[in-house]
Amino acid sequence: MTDASAIRPGIRASLMTPDTRTRRRNAAEARFRLYGRIAIAIGLAALVVLMGSVLANGLGSFRQSFLTLEVHLDEKVLDKSGARDPEAMKKVTTIGYGKIVDAALKATIAAEGIVVEGLTDKDVSDMISKEAAALVRNRVLADPALVGQTVAFKVLANGRIDGYLKGRVTMDSAERDSNVSPRQLELADALVARGILAKSFNAGFITGPDASELRPEAAGMGIAILGSAYMMLVVLFLSLPIGVAASIYLEEFAPKNRFTDLIEVNISNLAAVPSIVFGILGLAIFINFAHLPQSAPVVGGLVLTLMTLPTVIISTRAALRAVPPSIRDAALGIGASKMQAIFHHVLPLAAPGILTGMIIGLAQALGETAPLLLIGMVAFVRDYPGGLFDPATALPVQVYNWTQRADPAFVERASGAIIVLMVFLLAMNMAAIVLRRRFERRW
Amino acid sequence: MNATRLAVSAIALAAAAGAAEARDQIQIAGSSTVLPYATIVAEAFGENFDFPTPVVEGGGSGAGRKKLCEGVGESTIDIANSSSRIKQSDIDLCAQNGVNDIMEVRIGYDGIVFASDVNGAEFAFTPADWYNALAAEVVKDGALVANPNKTWADVNPALPAQDILAFIPGTKHGTREVFDVKVLEAGCKSTGAEEALVAAKGEDDGKKACLSLRTDGASVDIDGDYTETLSRIDANKNAIGVFGLSFYQNNTEKLRVATMDGVVPSVETISTGDYPVSRPLFFYVKTAHLGVIPGLQEYIDFFVSDDMAGPDGPLAAYGLVSDPELAQTQAMVAAGTPMGPLN
Repeated sequence: MTDASAIRPGIRASLMTPDTRTRRRNAAEARFRLYGRIAIAIGLAALVVLMGSVLANGLGSFRQSFLTLEVHLDEKVLDKSGARDPEAMKKVTTIGYGKIVDAALKATIAAEGIVVEGLTDKDVSDMISKEAAALVRNRVLADPALVGQTVAFKVLANGRIDGYLKGRVTMDSAERDSNVSPRQLELADALVARGILAKSFNAGFITGPDASELRPEAAGMGIAILGSAYMMLVVLFLSLPIGVAASIYLEEFAPKNRFTDLIEVNISNLAAVPSIVFGILGLAIFINFAHLPQSAPVVGGLVLTLMTLPTVIISTRAALRAVPPSIRDAALGIGASKMQAIFHHVLPLAAPGILTGMIIGLAQALGETAPLLLIGMVAFVRDYPGGLFDPATALPVQVYNWTQRADPAFVERASGAIIVLMVFLLAMNMAAIVLRRRFERRW
Repeated sequence: MNATRLAVSAIALAAAAGAAEARDQIQIAGSSTVLPYATIVAEAFGENFDFPTPVVEGGGSGAGRKKLCEGVGESTIDIANSSSRIKQSDIDLCAQNGVNDIMEVRIGYDGIVFASDVNGAEFAFTPADWYNALAAEVVKDGALVANPNKTWADVNPALPAQDILAFIPGTKHGTREVFDVKVLEAGCKSTGAEEALVAAKGEDDGKKACLSLRTDGASVDIDGDYTETLSRIDANKNAIGVFGLSFYQNNTEKLRVATMDGVVPSVETISTGDYPVSRPLFFYVKTAHLGVIPGLQEYIDFFVSDDMAGPDGPLAAYGLVSDPELAQTQAMVAAGTPMGPLN
């Protein structure tokens, strides 16, 4: 009697003890799983580092340092005639109002008995943001009766002082910094101790307009958000009907021949064209040829529509194709016309997929910067756009803009704007997922 | 489809309305060096006047001038900011497109500074040091040789023995032009390299060779803005970067500035002309738009007023060296005098 394993080596003696080949196969599988986990870990680590640095830099921008001041609105400075005539009062510029606000802080320092060695008048006035004067002026012009009274104002503190409260500026760096002195930081400490200077939520960052480099503390992204919203409206109202109509025709009606094949290849190709190309096209057609205004959301929207259309068409066609042919056949079988079959049966069933594709296309358009560079949307705009033809900027463009500024306070604001942009993108992608989950039908 | 027809007609209507509607805000584009000054003025203008805040774009001096010269009309810009003087080719392009009169407004001067990491060594440069450090060919012991210098001490024994690594603005920047003329050409002349190069290659090619830089990595062109140069220096503490004065003034806690010919760059030394590396800043106004675009005249008057561009104004606080001949500029702007031919 011979041993079976001796005759046929490689056949295992027992199911319980794995032989070398099985062990090798198992090891290969374990290795593959490990590679997968490593890949995911690398991806997650990159995400954590990216999000971590953005959040660490940017969360500070949602809170800002404010000074609470009792401002005496001196009639002698603000309204010499005493007639409270708004036209005459407009002659007093923010320079005049700035002096009044400076005086208010000086009076507060004296009243509180704060003594800082070697503090100059310039040090005191540089504690306050240049935006403060504009704020007071607007309030007074809106309500001339305030002149002569002492009114409490909550004004922004200078960007460097804000940086000190947030830990960006230190006594050491202030020694070397020509824009802030250690004396001012001492004063800031004293004001914080008395509750005059404090951080609070900064709504102006989300709703306010951009500001120049002299007042980074006042910069907001209200106009960028509005501009992006206007552009998304244009994209939605153009690319949804055009994209869906094109896909329905191509998918359901168009004959299959070389010409439609060519169109199909071109659409897939367009989806991969670098977005800057659409910007060049937009500049040539919409601005130079059609004479639409520069920096206007309508032009941005048109350019982004061109960019989003291929995405919309491709996803719509996929959604239409996913509707089983039996639905069409049944509708046609009981005598519906082809158009009735499509509009009454196929399109409603494909709608969730179409909407998901549309939302993803919109999210892509929302994050796009390159084509907007060429059509004048990377601009300094301070007036809220009243319509599609008024100048505006866009969210990603605002981020780009702020990263180029010299003042370090803009780094924080750029990261803050990235957070807001991400929140919008996250909300849109969530909406796409929810739509798909709730309304998608499987056969 | 109904929705399509609706959308198309809506866009057509809107386009018609937009074309009929007059533009009521000033549009400005151009130099990224002038951009912060222009935004400061635009902001103050919007605050204090009944006109809307002007829209200010960057994009570079050359691009801005080209846009200005695209033609007359509401879809073209009103003002081009420029960190270098307009060129004859721009004026020709303007004339070709019907832009006949341009007003040249000099707003002040800007200094170009050389700065390294704040914790690094101190430097005192001359243009000759920069030429010998960065040029492709230098004069050594009376002969023209490929640049052999490795450290700053090789260039000038008075300088620290630190490897040569310089971040200079790329060729698309207006700043590079000033660097070329005021530093490299000056250094080329004073080291005697120009003479040797002209002798070797002829008049034109020799002068051009003054501006050719070594390509072994010691000199790096930065095509981005100053924030990029700053972050490169942050990563590479041995490097020396080229910045605008206002950028340096906003980042003095990170940068140590070097002297040039023994002069520390500051608003004062640039306005007296002691600091050698500076340049005038301009903006160019399309005079055909004056009186058509509301607020244009008021904006340019406001820009050159003492409250803004004067030595105590916000522009000087940001780093602009105010023009000693500002009063003449004010008179010229008030009269709306277009510029004459380039001299």
